[in-house]
Amino acid sequence: MAQFAEAHFFLIESVVKIIVVLFVLLTAVAYVVWLERKVVARIQSRWGPYWVGPHGLLQPLADGLKFLFKEDIVVQDADKVIYWMAPFLAFTLAFLSIAVIPFGGSFQLFGHTIQLQITDLNVGLLYVFAVTSLGVYSIALAGWSANSKYPLFGGLRSSAQMISYELSLGLGVVGVLMISGTLSLRGVVTPQVGFWHIAGIPFLPRWNVFRQPLGFLVYFIAAIAETNRIPFDLPEGETELVGGFHTEYSSFKFAMFFIAEYANMVTVSCLATLLFFGGWLGPLFGPYWLRVILPVIWFCLKVFCFLFFYIWMRGTLPRFRYDQLMAFGWKVLLPLGFLNVLGTSFVIAWLHS
Amino acid sequence: MPVTLEKIPGQEERIILSMGPQHPSTHGVLRVVLALDGETVVGSTYDIGYLHTGFEKSFESKTYSQCITLTDRMDYLAPLSNNLGFCLATEKLLELEIPSHAQYIRVLLTELTRIQSHLVWLGTHAIDIGAMSVFLYCFREREEILQIIEMVAGQRMMTSYFRIGGLALEPPLGWLDRVRKFVKKFPSRLNEYEDLLTHNPIWVRRTQGVGTLSAEAALALGLSGPSLRASGVNWDIRKAEPYSSYEKFKFEVPTRTEGDVYARYLVRIEEMRQSLGIVQQAMDGLPEGPIRTNAPHIVLPERESMKTSIEALIYHFKIVTEGFHPPVGEVYLSIESPRGELGFYTVSDGSPKPFRCHVRAPSFANLQALSKMIEGRLIADVVACIGSIDVVLGEIDR
Repeated sequence: MAQFAEAHFFLIESVVKIIVVLFVLLTAVAYVVWLERKVVARIQSRWGPYWVGPHGLLQPLADGLKFLFKEDIVVQDADKVIYWMAPFLAFTLAFLSIAVIPFGGSFQLFGHTIQLQITDLNVGLLYVFAVTSLGVYSIALAGWSANSKYPLFGGLRSSAQMISYELSLGLGVVGVLMISGTLSLRGVVTPQVGFWHIAGIPFLPRWNVFRQPLGFLVYFIAAIAETNRIPFDLPEGETELVGGFHTEYSSFKFAMFFIAEYANMVTVSCLATLLFFGGWLGPLFGPYWLRVILPVIWFCLKVFCFLFFYIWMRGTLPRFRYDQLMAFGWKVLLPLGFLNVLGTSFVIAWLHS
Repeated sequence: MPVTLEKIPGQEERIILSMGPQHPSTHGVLRVVLALDGETVVGSTYDIGYLHTGFEKSFESKTYSQCITLTDRMDYLAPLSNNLGFCLATEKLLELEIPSHAQYIRVLLTELTRIQSHLVWLGTHAIDIGAMSVFLYCFREREEILQIIEMVAGQRMMTSYFRIGGLALEPPLGWLDRVRKFVKKFPSRLNEYEDLLTHNPIWVRRTQGVGTLSAEAALALGLSGPSLRASGVNWDIRKAEPYSSYEKFKFEVPTRTEGDVYARYLVRIEEMRQSLGIVQQAMDGLPEGPIRTNAPHIVLPERESMKTSIEALIYHFKIVTEGFHPPVGEVYLSIESPRGELGFYTVSDGSPKPFRCHVRAPSFANLQALSKMIEGRLIADVVACIGSIDVVLGEIDR
């Protein structure tokens, strides 16, 4: 009987967590778009969305509705099956990776320990990488299936770009894995608890970014390329390739690519927070319920900082050229990643000997 | 019009990509047909005429004064330069002497127009290469200039403010203060753009060594304006054949020798600074005097004098209903528009309407250089090159 109750509780817990996390993520994605429009507008000395709701806060909803009501144009000579599949693939894969992202510690409820994470895979990081790598397919297939030249170029560019930067992305985090010795995203945060002391005074939090600055840099740059953001937004390259891989998509199929892009942005920001910036760690105070909520707030704040940085860059930088992008990835980022792995392993070996 | 590309031997397998006429970076309705090997351009040709309006033919059915309104619409980013070119050509035909007050205001306004046009160029060029913010900054400053122009002409873009024999109206009170305010503020704004671009490693990599054109090639292709000067040829009509009292102004003609997209960028940025200097000089040394020349059979009389003088009334009636009769002959006059040598070739048969008027549009000649610039380069460079030669399709198609 107890076992039965346990299973029931697990089921209910999981469903509730999945629903809440999906809801929060979808809302977050919508409001990241709003934030982007507002921040970029601020950078460019204009107002941004203002009329739909106070300060344009309902703009994401209006946009979503607009996408739903737009005519869904299917290109005549498109490979229909793949053409339909690509946006769904992009959408699904972008949301799958959130399953293993922990966004807080754990708390007690009715005698059960509830972790603030949908599921704690012991190979969480590998899972995230696997899922985001699959995302390349959606873009490549979208570019291919539309049977049009601009999307084809976008698809080709993006496959090349993502494969190149995937390597650097992986290498960037290897250092962190060596330090923490686990692939679980919850386990990665544990060694980051506490402070470094100078003369007994807490000086720096033990975040990985201070141990792995180079690794963080490599990861972060590669992550921008992974998510196709300026200055690496070549697959879309609006002014060169019109719309890149999604040129021939309209209505909600386009919206799915759009949402997927922002969801990916959120995912890589979450990963950066977990791996390098101590995840949900931060000052805790107050009663028990506040101690449960505060970590979630710290986590969200850190993720927000990354997202803001993304948007900030979009308002500032021009775009790389295709060959320069590849050269940068293979000749600069990848060697730096290797160097970081090598350096870290030497230091670890030296410390253990 | 079908566009054909010659077969390149051994390169049968290539993609023919039609860039434009609806494309975000072809600056209007230019269509560039590219033959691609991967992303590398192996051949290209243009298809122009999507904005053909028949201005040159329309000139023949309008009186000289009416023609001015057509010139606005050719190079719609520098309407006052076009007004000036046509007015100067007609005035040369009529052998009119323009009062220096009017000449100075013409210089002042065309230099503001040059800045305004370069701002549009910089903004669109930057957004083509991905720097989005610069675009909006440029348009913010352009707005200020458009408002200054609106104060004198009543119109922001289709100004028609210069008339044959002078100006349409005396600029309103407080106008010069507004210009002064702009001149004071603009250098810091220009530095702002330069902060974002000039030393930005991505910008430099995207533009340096791209679309290189040697001085010989540039001359052979008939390039003019900033694009020619970026290749190291010091040719500026304001210096070479001064018109509208440009000889009285002190300014440098910026040149570079590299001939690439970056050089063209630097030349135009520096040109904006020089233009600002000219505007300042025109304000400081603005002579007093009438805004129109004394030629009653050509220039419309003052409204007041029409009420008191029968001759003025008759002249007014004749000019408005019929136009004026220039002597039989032909004339060519060119000015330095923001895009290069803008020439007007007018043939008069003695009637109030031009027998033929041909426009030597700088964009038309400059566009030819594109094929040479982009050969063997990537698609992204095509966009950078189109931006760097600063074409206006209204002027190309006429």
